[in-house]
Amino acid sequence: MTSRDLLDLVWIVPLMPIIGAAVLIVFGKRLGDPVAGWIGSAFVGLSFVWSVVMFAALNDLPGDQRSHVKTIFTWIPAGGLQVKMGFLVDPLSVTFILFVTGIAALIHVFAIGYMKGDARFSRFFAYTNLFVAAMVILVLGSSFLVTFIGWEGVGLCSFLLISFWFERRSAAVAGKKAFVTTRVGDFGFMIAMFLIFEKLGSLDYSAMGKAGAIGSGTATAIALLLFLGAIGKSAQFPLHLWLPDAMEGPTPVSALIHAATMVTAGVFLVARAHPFFEASGDAMTVVAWIGGVTALLAATVGLVQPDIKRVLAYSTISQLGYMFLALGVGAYSAAIFHVVTHAFFKGTLFLGAGSVIHGNADNQDMRIMGRLRRYLPYTSLAFVAAWLAIAGVPPFAGFWSKDEILSKAFFDHDYGVYALGLVAALLTGFYMTRQVYLVFFGNARFRATPPETPASEAVPVVAGGSDDGPEPGVGAVHTEPADFESSEPTVSFGEPPRPLVLGDHLPHESPPVMTVPLLLMGTLAVVGGILSIPLKGIEFLSIWLEPVFRDVKAIETPSFAEGVLLSAVSVAVGLVGIGIAISWYRRGIPAADRDPAVERLGVLGRLFGHAYYYDESIAKLVSGPGRRLAEWVSAIFDGRVVDGAVNGIGELVRATGIGLRKVQTGLVRSYALWIAVGAAGLLLYLVVWVGR
Amino acid sequence: MSLGALIVTDSYYLVLAAVLFTIGAVGLLVRRNVIVMFMCVELMLNAVNLTFVAFAHSMNDAAGQVIVFFTLVVAAAEVAIGLAIIVAIFRRRKGATADDVQALKG
Repeated sequence: MTSRDLLDLVWIVPLMPIIGAAVLIVFGKRLGDPVAGWIGSAFVGLSFVWSVVMFAALNDLPGDQRSHVKTIFTWIPAGGLQVKMGFLVDPLSVTFILFVTGIAALIHVFAIGYMKGDARFSRFFAYTNLFVAAMVILVLGSSFLVTFIGWEGVGLCSFLLISFWFERRSAAVAGKKAFVTTRVGDFGFMIAMFLIFEKLGSLDYSAMGKAGAIGSGTATAIALLLFLGAIGKSAQFPLHLWLPDAMEGPTPVSALIHAATMVTAGVFLVARAHPFFEASGDAMTVVAWIGGVTALLAATVGLVQPDIKRVLAYSTISQLGYMFLALGVGAYSAAIFHVVTHAFFKGTLFLGAGSVIHGNADNQDMRIMGRLRRYLPYTSLAFVAAWLAIAGVPPFAGFWSKDEILSKAFFDHDYGVYALGLVAALLTGFYMTRQVYLVFFGNARFRATPPETPASEAVPVVAGGSDDGPEPGVGAVHTEPADFESSEPTVSFGEPPRPLVLGDHLPHESPPVMTVPLLLMGTLAVVGGILSIPLKGIEFLSIWLEPVFRDVKAIETPSFAEGVLLSAVSVAVGLVGIGIAISWYRRGIPAADRDPAVERLGVLGRLFGHAYYYDESIAKLVSGPGRRLAEWVSAIFDGRVVDGAVNGIGELVRATGIGLRKVQTGLVRSYALWIAVGAAGLLLYLVVWVGR
Repeated sequence: MSLGALIVTDSYYLVLAAVLFTIGAVGLLVRRNVIVMFMCVELMLNAVNLTFVAFAHSMNDAAGQVIVFFTLVVAAAEVAIGLAIIVAIFRRRKGATADDVQALKG
């Protein structure tokens, strides 16, 4: 069996999670908890194993032939439009399926522990399996349209999973928000596909070689429309506002969305469609600046958030900004490198946050945590490793990728976006350190003696709570309050700290089914950098991806010394951020409602906390003038024009009927008269006109 | 112009037929009695029959005469139905005035 024969079997990778989802939907209820979870994890695991086989088979081919298209069938045979359902196996797609399925498998195992006891346990794993399948189809697609199937698939699954606890109003709203916001970007993707078909006559990725010949204006339009789709999916400014709200979903879903299956789709699309971006210089500039600005703005918002998951959400937006910054300056392999390392450390952070929430009676408010390393040793170990990785401390994974992005931007002479990235690196160091110190170090603020809040006012708890059976003080918390409106687990900036929920009992470490995947992922976050250390011969990922981006002019590092100097600068900047945060939070915070960052930043703190009031403004805009505009359109255009046309036709027919009815007099003799007149007229016609 | 010089050509028949048809048509339009209107219809039918026969003679084609038989058959059927309707009207109403029967007025 040759490597190419083996590569023909690539369809097994998406098939495995599809089978898993089907099995779980049909038999899930009967399989129950935890068997359904293990089955879901197993199918994703098999998918990962097969991805490794695909990697080995592709690696077997000579470097310049590492691109294999497997056409399954012709999906749409319509004249000039021949859309084939096919998969493209090349270094880019294999890189994605490897980390998507691998990390998703770990997250699935983690979720077995996290979702324990949930009423829709098997449904959860059916959705997540489908999520993975959609993402794999997205990255493996051999044409824009096949990618689009996966693109919409992840959109659907994110909606289902963010709204997984749909009994809670805020979760249902967040799911809709994610779906609608990403849909705004999807229309750009669709129009871009129309344009591509118009210009190239094919939607296959193999046809993109001609992208350079279509004129820079059209190329810019295509690239920007594709980028609009990427902005929506990857939560970049100005369509980022769905991602923080997506925290309403179960934490493993957040981990999936952020690390593996959703937000990296935009980065993938831009990398895959890079010939259009290269053909249009302007689009590249736009991508770089949107990325840089998003990296900076999202990082500032993350500085003061009180919610453990919201900090991570803004952090993801910021890190995705880095990736787009890299794509925009033409450092594609650096962007993909950061996608992979980010998947490692952000996956760790989210699983760690999940473990913290799990062990803390489902509390997400960092202001009432503190000193948790005593109680969650493994979680804190993994979390600290991921913290150092994302803050860019060598030799952890994040350092290598972030540093590569920044130095590529610098050596490409894009000093503006380089400065944005550098400031964002400082802020990243700060907000992650603040989070780690608020959660794991400093003073313990979770204890309240005696439990002063009556059970009815206690913080509501999401399903999938404690796994250690009923514990004193916690059991009461699990009762769902009647008022769903107030039962959001996430804490927005400006809200008072949540009432203490633990009572007199202590936080606890999660079971091994959660800590083992967490520690594995944490290990990846530590060592992930070896994938591409920027030294001659061992930058494996760059070499591996080289065939995909061969048509791109590489950015050369002028000299080794300059590279090291630049790295030193970015590390120093990150360390400054860490240092400031440590000096502010070393002893914890004096009271739950007093956050040094908020107090020291003053007005800026409030501005950051409210995310520049962007979400509120959009909400006001949509619910105020937007609603009035819609109502006006509904009243005038729909009511008068559309309905008017429909009703008008009916009215016209009716009036005609009423008029013509008069002719029917019921008098036989008048009918006879009309017949006579008609006959006479006909005769006249025959004699005068025809007979001539 | 003596009587012996009178040669009856086909146009005489056609003129007669036209006169009969006109009488029938005008009678149909102006009279209200259903029986009289019915007779007028018969008059018009037979005027047409006369035309057919006249043309059959002048063109030396038997087809015109054949059509007359068809017309007679149809007329017989029409008489049967028409008279039945008139009888039905007489049973339900006092007279047989056409203008009184206008239940299908629009």
